[in-house]
Amino acid sequence: MADREVPAEPLRVSILSQGSYLIASIHTALDDGQLLRFQRDLIDRIGSQRARGVVIDVAALDVLDSFGSRTLRDIARMSRLRGAETVIVGIAPELAVSMVRLGLQLEMPTALDLEEGLAYLRSMTGTAMLP
Amino acid sequence: MTSTTPDGLAGAEATAGDDLLLPELVAHLREHRTQLRREWANRITDESLLSAMTPQEVFTEATSVYDNYVGVLETGSVEALQDYARDLSERIIPRGVETNEVVGIVLLLRDVLARSLFEKYHDDFGLLNRVLDAYEPAANRIANTVAVSFVQERERVIRQQADAIRELSTPVLQVRERLLILPIIGVLDDQRADQLTEQLLGGIRRHRAKVVVIDITGVPEITAEVANHLVQAVDASRLMGAGVIITGLSPEIAQTLVTIGVDLTKMNTVGDLQGGIEEAERLLGFRVTRVSDEDG
Repeated sequence: MADREVPAEPLRVSILSQGSYLIASIHTALDDGQLLRFQRDLIDRIGSQRARGVVIDVAALDVLDSFGSRTLRDIARMSRLRGAETVIVGIAPELAVSMVRLGLQLEMPTALDLEEGLAYLRSMTGTAMLP
Repeated sequence: MTSTTPDGLAGAEATAGDDLLLPELVAHLREHRTQLRREWANRITDESLLSAMTPQEVFTEATSVYDNYVGVLETGSVEALQDYARDLSERIIPRGVETNEVVGIVLLLRDVLARSLFEKYHDDFGLLNRVLDAYEPAANRIANTVAVSFVQERERVIRQQADAIRELSTPVLQVRERLLILPIIGVLDDQRADQLTEQLLGGIRRHRAKVVVIDITGVPEITAEVANHLVQAVDASRLMGAGVIITGLSPEIAQTLVTIGVDLTKMNTVGDLQGGIEEAERLLGFRVTRVSDEDG
């Protein structure tokens, strides 16, 4: 379903489902096209799997440019519109420092690792409304 | 380094001119050792160099330097002098002897000896010229060697101390499960702030921390750059999923931060370390109670 204009190369992101949550792991640095494809795939999966929450694991990334961080933010917003909370996990110290230096704002929840991310989602999706 | 390889300055001059000039010169300096050395020591006292040392010490060292100096002129090899200079530096640096003093005394010796050569050869200008041709490069090399040895030793000491400070400076301590404290003592400069960020983020990952209390009670003052560094460290921690509480901002620092307009709205600050830890415990869901309260 995701090979309309993008060549069918192996996806560098795996999207697994775990209960009502999706876990997306980014394995290597993605170029802009791959990021957009990931965005589309993930938003599709939220609908098809009726996911309540999404964890995006970026532990393998050592850089993230402004396009990358904007895409992640867009994913979070679109996911919320489709009924799922998103949390970014696994930001490495070097990546955190470089993002802060570049002034990149994620404006979305982050957690230390997958376990923490899932705990966060459990706490969020248990409550009905957010301020 | 420049001084270790014999660059042939003295040697080349000697063979180009008279082979016998340097030996003659050395003999002259040996002969008038007592007088020249005294003259030199007087000049050192006059210029109030090496004021950290007693006159006896100055005289002893002056003797060694003099003999080494003449030895270098004789052999053209600076190695022995280099070892001596390094050893001397090691002894006098802790006593606060400055670079200008060390360079100063070597240049003084150079002048004293040159003066005596003038005196000896002033009748024959051509010979004096050749003598100086042989003497000057060697003397310059000696001055260079001593200065470089001293500076190298100094740098080594500074590096050693910087390493020691770096190791001591930012402990990351776990006080409860997932709660870290970083007590910071002393002046925070850019480099230390960088290191603090590194330790902080590394500690968050290693201890899987959720809340970190950074206590800056022991920090006397803070610059705009360092304040921004702190803000960045807090932002980076948040990206890693940990909240930061800053405690112990002194009135001066609070005033500085407000005056320079650092955006602290995103920072969670609490008055003192105790308050910070209590706040952190609250965030983590701990409740600390006295045993007697529990019983009652």
